[in-house]
Amino acid sequence: MPFSIPSLSPDEIQALLLSLKISSVAVALSLPFAAAAALLLRRNFIGKTLLDGIVHLPLVLPPVAMGFILLTIFGTRAGLGAFLHDTLGVTLVFRWTGAVLASMLFTFPFQVRAIRIALEAQDRGLDDAARTLGAGLWDRLFNITLPLALPGLVAGAITAFAASLGEFGAIITFVSNIPGETRTLPLAIYTALQTPGGEAAAARLSALSIGLALVFMLTAQLIMRRVERRA
Amino acid sequence: MSLDVALKHRFGGFALDAAFSADTGVTALFGPSGAGKTSIVHMLAGLARPDSGRIVIGGRTVLDTAKNIFVPPEQRRAGLVFQDARLFPHMSVEKNLLFGWRRAPVRVPLGEIGRMVAMLGLEKFLKRHPRNLSGGEKSRVALGRALLSSPDYLLLDEPLAALDAARRDEILPYLERLRDIARIPLIYVSHARDEVARLADRVVMLDDGKVAGQGSAAEMLTGFSDNGSLLGAVLDGRVTGKTQDGLSEVSFDGGVLWIAADSAVGSVLRLRIAADEILIAREEPRGLSANNILAVTVASVHFQDRWADVDMHAGTARLVARITAASARRLELAPGLCAYAVIKSVRVGSPKAP
Repeated sequence: MPFSIPSLSPDEIQALLLSLKISSVAVALSLPFAAAAALLLRRNFIGKTLLDGIVHLPLVLPPVAMGFILLTIFGTRAGLGAFLHDTLGVTLVFRWTGAVLASMLFTFPFQVRAIRIALEAQDRGLDDAARTLGAGLWDRLFNITLPLALPGLVAGAITAFAASLGEFGAIITFVSNIPGETRTLPLAIYTALQTPGGEAAAARLSALSIGLALVFMLTAQLIMRRVERRA
Repeated sequence: MSLDVALKHRFGGFALDAAFSADTGVTALFGPSGAGKTSIVHMLAGLARPDSGRIVIGGRTVLDTAKNIFVPPEQRRAGLVFQDARLFPHMSVEKNLLFGWRRAPVRVPLGEIGRMVAMLGLEKFLKRHPRNLSGGEKSRVALGRALLSSPDYLLLDEPLAALDAARRDEILPYLERLRDIARIPLIYVSHARDEVARLADRVVMLDDGKVAGQGSAAEMLTGFSDNGSLLGAVLDGRVTGKTQDGLSEVSFDGGVLWIAADSAVGSVLRLRIAADEILIAREEPRGLSANNILAVTVASVHFQDRWADVDMHAGTARLVARITAASARRLELAPGLCAYAVIKSVRVGSPKAP
């Protein structure tokens, strides 16, 4: 993509690549959890409403507040953050890995939702058929349920990826605005606006962000429409 | 291999309480919708658990609530052919067929797979996806898929109900072939008397969750139904000879019938004679075009409005005829009377293996 837009400066290209990296890793890491949550929410159990609420919480949570909470949890001076830093050598604050964690949390509901729609469109009778043919629980999960939910998984991943590209509040609060480490596209736009004469750069980056979001959302919508039509 | 079943279950206002046994061959679970047929099938497959009950297949107990035995469907080895086929849409026909085969503890040999595919006429479809198959083709794949999983018993849950008449006629010969080669109990669930009369060796009649009767197809399906609809007789005969002009001589316990069917000598034919295809004569008729005239003894005459239902025996076989009440009075038909049944037409299924 950067090659087709030669007007981007090296810093801007860096921000774009960083955004793509953080979003890809965040989506890849949260997808299995999202699938597990969606499968769990298909069943009826005590606490289902609570889990459903927690899964959707990031949709309504103020990102800055979430970033602040993450900062207190994962700060290296105390608590879980200190433990991760001192014993496992994992630091999240002020690192791109922290941005990944923030993105994972904020895009989780998008993934769960898309996977749930795909699971609900599925004929549960196929699961019964597979059982009578000798397929156990995991066998059915990996050979029937998940392959049939594949469009939902893909659509969820794409939507989450697009949403993740736009994450700002949690990232700037939790991992700050460090060029090459945590300065993603939205943070680069913000920085450009803070710089005298940076309006042109901000406009370029904004156009790029909007274009990316549009392309990904359209792709996800097309896939979801196919899922719903098949149901 | 025999299958013994006893099930009790209560859901809502409906009480299921059914016990029956099935052997190698086709046992039909026959009854109106809501009689509990599908519930029984789900319990046999392990997809539903009854309040209490026992299922034993060839000496292996797969359900015994008293002993807390419940073998889950994936280990039960009960093949189930669903009414709606339920093929896996993301797999080719070939992968669908082999799904159960791969997971079977004892696999059918590879050569057998080819023979099964050929028997079901699926050679051309192996690489296709289920969405590109007709309803009848889907049913055949579902049948093959269940058979290749080497089940100990096979459950067919109204496999023809979702098909139109033409498709049904397309599938029935495959089911007849299956009946003749299967060495396991086949449980055939249906509310269609015609299918049952054509396929079943034994019939278990279900009504409102209870077994209303069970016995051979001839015993259970010959007669008139309660609601006055026209029925007939079901009997099995053996081909004992042939004529030059294309008739087969079919012998049964009550005599000989000449059938326009080209079946090998020795094969067994399932014959169905509708109640309105029989004329009754007091004296042996002559100069008729009908090939088949049997000497019978009248067992009972039941008058109903303008009609009389006549129950007759030819040997141990039972025949039923519906004639007008006026004819029955004119002929003075009464139990014990000897008469002649003139059979206008006989419907024949495909031959069973001798």
